Amino acid sequence: MASTEKVPKKTVGLFATCLVDIFRPEIGFATAKLLENAGYEVDVPKSQTCCGQPLINSGSYEGARRIAKKITNTFESYDYVVAPSGSCIAVLKLHYPELFQNNPEQQKKCKSLASRVFEITDFLENVASAKITAAYDGHCTYHDSCSGLRELGIQQQPRNLLAQVEGLKFNESKDSRTCCGFGGTFCVKYPEISSRMAQNKSDNIEQSGADTLLGGDLGCLMNIAGTLRRRESQVKVFHVTEILANHRTTKPIGVPGK
Amino acid sequence: MEITSQHFKSNARTALRNQELQSAMQIAHGGFVDKRAAAVNEIPEFESLRNQAVEIKNHVLNNLDHYLEKYAHSVSEAGGQVHWASTPEDAVNIILQICQQAEVKHVAKGKSMIGEEIDLNDALENHGMEVVETDLGEYIIQLANEHPSHIIAPAIHKTRNQITELFFEHHAKHGMTECVEEVATIVNEARTVLREAFVRADAGIIGANFLVADAGATVLVTNEGNGDLTSTLPKVQIVTASIEKVIPSFQELGVFLRLLGRSATGQEMSSYTSLYSGSKRDDEQDGPEEFHVVLLDNGRSEMLKGEFREMLRCIRCGACMNHCPVYQSIGGHAYGWVYPGPMGSVWTPLLVGLQHAANLPNACTLNGRCEEVCPVNIPLPKLLRELRRQIFERGLIDRKSRLGLALWGFMSEHPSIYRFTSRFWSRVLYITGRSKGSFDWLPFAGGWTQERSMPAPTGGDFVSKWHKRK
Repeated sequence: MASTEKVPKKTVGLFATCLVDIFRPEIGFATAKLLENAGYEVDVPKSQTCCGQPLINSGSYEGARRIAKKITNTFESYDYVVAPSGSCIAVLKLHYPELFQNNPEQQKKCKSLASRVFEITDFLENVASAKITAAYDGHCTYHDSCSGLRELGIQQQPRNLLAQVEGLKFNESKDSRTCCGFGGTFCVKYPEISSRMAQNKSDNIEQSGADTLLGGDLGCLMNIAGTLRRRESQVKVFHVTEILANHRTTKPIGVPGK
Repeated sequence: MEITSQHFKSNARTALRNQELQSAMQIAHGGFVDKRAAAVNEIPEFESLRNQAVEIKNHVLNNLDHYLEKYAHSVSEAGGQVHWASTPEDAVNIILQICQQAEVKHVAKGKSMIGEEIDLNDALENHGMEVVETDLGEYIIQLANEHPSHIIAPAIHKTRNQITELFFEHHAKHGMTECVEEVATIVNEARTVLREAFVRADAGIIGANFLVADAGATVLVTNEGNGDLTSTLPKVQIVTASIEKVIPSFQELGVFLRLLGRSATGQEMSSYTSLYSGSKRDDEQDGPEEFHVVLLDNGRSEMLKGEFREMLRCIRCGACMNHCPVYQSIGGHAYGWVYPGPMGSVWTPLLVGLQHAANLPNACTLNGRCEEVCPVNIPLPKLLRELRRQIFERGLIDRKSRLGLALWGFMSEHPSIYRFTSRFWSRVLYITGRSKGSFDWLPFAGGWTQERSMPAPTGGDFVSKWHKRK
């Protein structure tokens, strides 16, 4: 026993992402708790900002490069960088290196970062092989956010982790792999199309018979929760980490109270 | 065809409020997606077929001049003639000349997206020719005086009710005065009307799915067999195709046919796969007296040079639009030109100019489903991103967006300003929103809150809270 104590814990830089930072700190704390329970030392660097995704997706590469450099420096010293979001991690993992095609030195730094960044469920399942101790009395379904699903291959990871949650019943909803219409800047530029897609998504969730929707990206979850709230649906919406970390007192997204 | 891609937003709004279109799209959607999934899952080698198709197409694109010359040579050996058209105008003029020389009065047309790209019907009609579309979907939208809203299912936006009304309105002159409501009777009535058109036609114009270089053969797949009657009965046969449709030999054809049917409609193969090579031989009884292929470039050689080369692998199956949630919400007309959906959002700006279609590459959530189902692995999101970069760098996005991005970028580069702002907004929005948990309306977010609420922050920014707690 004594010898294992000497091994320093691996460090994880927790990248909160701007939506979690501003809208739902509970997800940040849940993510940290899951990482600490899995035996990692968690740090939240103060100088983190947005990853620049809105700029990258709008083709504003000059500005995005400046942000990418800052974020890369901010998270340089950690063994791992983990975020409760597939789309932000996809930016760090895949799009940062692409931004520096003509700058090999910076590209190398970005690739080094890319090799150490993980979406939280992917990290817990595939790196930490985490054991989940949580209970949830409810019937859940899952929305596969597009970037996580198609850019990072995250689909089975959250489902495997949720299977460890005591009392949690799970069933798939129709078109769980279809985009909810959030799309970052898309929902700002094309709100009506975005709403239609969110309505379709909400129809499928309600028809699944589940009382709880879980997902891995707060943007999508705010979009769907906002739609469900407007139609006075009883379906509760949580980020997957909130259930896995057993944050039982947290109110569902978009519902009043602390 | 007038380009309305720059009005994408208002086009989309109109489409979202069009109840007929919405119900037609919903009926069609499930069919395409489920059938494709079933057909693809049936063959374990689908992935390997896909990779083979990519290799073949890349090889052809690397040697396009060689295969095009070979194709032209083979066609002429078979008694046909290949015409090279750099622009839509060139293509139209060539076709008009062929028709005028042969004194064509009646044209039967098979489905051809190149025909749409060059606005062929208008040109022929303006020169006194009667044009009848013989693909059922195309025929329906011809009656409605519209353009296709999907590259393989042109009338997908029409409900059966609307078709019944169109037939009732237009078929009285053929002596058909009953209201046909069932699919079978609708098809039968169209068949009767189209028979007359086939027999009357002195020129048949069809598109092509593939051009086989070494055999000089044109390959056309249809589900109605209309392509065969269009091309074999009239004395003049004209094929309209674009240059990237060429493949080396019949050897490669099988790969594409297996991918195309499955990706397009979830069929193992389309009902009819027809091969045409040249005009009637001396010892033959029937077939066209003249056989022409009009090969259109229209910007494709330019595409070949640059970052959009991969788009030229496209085999026009329509899987990307069938799986695109944006296309499924608004239909094809909102995209404002010939090619809609994900593939159209790449083609259109490249063919008509970025300044006329800057909305299209941005009107996408980058969800990646199009790339996932593309039978020739075109990285559509990557190409759309590249277009977005060019749009941004050429200043083709609106001032408000540009300003918003600059501001967000500035904040993200300055952690202390960013932290202050995050703390401020998380607090303000928490205080104003906590009683209801979400906002029914927010200034600057009216679009969002029109049909959904905006969840309110739960109080305090995470980073500050974390450091306070530690």
